[in-house]
Amino acid sequence: MKVALVEYGAGNLPSVERALARLGVESVRAANPSALAGADAVILPGVGHFGALMRQLGAQGMIAPLREHIAAKKPFLGICLGLQALFASSDEAPEDTGLAVFSSRVAALPATAKLPHMGWNQVERSGAPRLLERISQDEYFYFAHTYAAMEAEGAVVATCDHGTRFIALLERGNLCGVQFHPEKSGSAGAKLLSNFLQLAGSAPR
Amino acid sequence: MTLARRIIPCLDTDGSRVVKGIQFVQLRDAGDPAELAARYNREGADELVVLDIAASRDHRPTFLETIRRVAAELAIPLTAGGGVAKLDDGRAILRAGADKVTVNTAAIRRPELLTEMASEFGAQAVILAIDARRTGDHWEAYVRGGHDPTGIDAVAWAKEGVARGAGEILLTSMDRDGTRSGFDCELTAAVSGVVSVPVIASGGADTPADFLEVFEKGHADAALAASIFHDNLQGFAMLKRFLAERGVPMRVSA
Repeated sequence: MKVALVEYGAGNLPSVERALARLGVESVRAANPSALAGADAVILPGVGHFGALMRQLGAQGMIAPLREHIAAKKPFLGICLGLQALFASSDEAPEDTGLAVFSSRVAALPATAKLPHMGWNQVERSGAPRLLERISQDEYFYFAHTYAAMEAEGAVVATCDHGTRFIALLERGNLCGVQFHPEKSGSAGAKLLSNFLQLAGSAPR
Repeated sequence: MTLARRIIPCLDTDGSRVVKGIQFVQLRDAGDPAELAARYNREGADELVVLDIAASRDHRPTFLETIRRVAAELAIPLTAGGGVAKLDDGRAILRAGADKVTVNTAAIRRPELLTEMASEFGAQAVILAIDARRTGDHWEAYVRGGHDPTGIDAVAWAKEGVARGAGEILLTSMDRDGTRSGFDCELTAAVSGVVSVPVIASGGADTPADFLEVFEKGHADAALAASIFHDNLQGFAMLKRFLAERGVPMRVSA
């Protein structure tokens, strides 16, 4: 199975790479469309600014190939900003367009709570996302973000609450996204990545 | 569902080895940073901070290599800093594998640096480190590893730093640092009360009760300590259980 990590300058790419390596999976870095071709599963790690991410993906010619990969129902995991990129737009950069797999807009968390939402928090599932299989309801995951998605049509979600309820995890078929950082979430995060790999491994090629 | 308060061990290094000192002086060797990092990661630390307290230009590559070695051991977030003077330094630290970078002296000299860092790295990756010492009825910010007083009010500076782009404050009480006499809860509460971002309290940790106090009275979002963890005087599991039993939200490892 070829697992491609989208490389666009995100700081957390090496930690995702290491987390996968600990699970025995050698991933490849994909900085251009040809490196993405033939990938069975794609992971979009993300840290930073929505607008910067979308402009960088655009400059690397990655937007259409990513959308095609997702449209072909191939396994995809967006992490943090990589989840937000699945949406149409974000309040963080109103002038930039996302991958628009989901039609809603990413919004800022309310300033009634301390921002960024930084640290370990729990998630509440609706339905039974495969990413959370064999992971206890009480587990904590590491978050570091100020913006979040509030709804994702047709997806099974797990939510978290920080000032407002937001999407911590989404799953629609083989399309997955997590607002937290599994690569920084200790053994619970490792289990989640392993669940994603299992999902990817069982997907039709 | 509540955001857990964090327990953060700190590795003060001379670039390559962990060192210990009292109130920023009298340094002695306390081990290999990657070995300690692996241990803390395993034992339930919520995050790790590694600082280059010597921070001289000539051995910067050594410290970057230390960050790489430490990051390789971790499945928890890593913060690194010490001597960050410009945007490039922050970039190099993040590229070496840190998730967040601390900046202190350079931000006081040129607060725009915080804004520049936040717009490139995101505010969540920018930690303003403040070394504060009580002076009369307020706290003064010190720079250059606690050597130089600035005349700047630490609480006001925290507030400005956040307005400039810092996503978190690492607040060290120089009066308490290395003394094992408890955190400065008054200082922590004063800063926590004026900023909208998480505050990490540092300096003075000794007993579990000290941690409870800084969370309850200091309103800290995270508490940092070094020597009590290095010397195995305090284990993460026991400390976290103590706090959780007293109502502090804690990630207790499964």
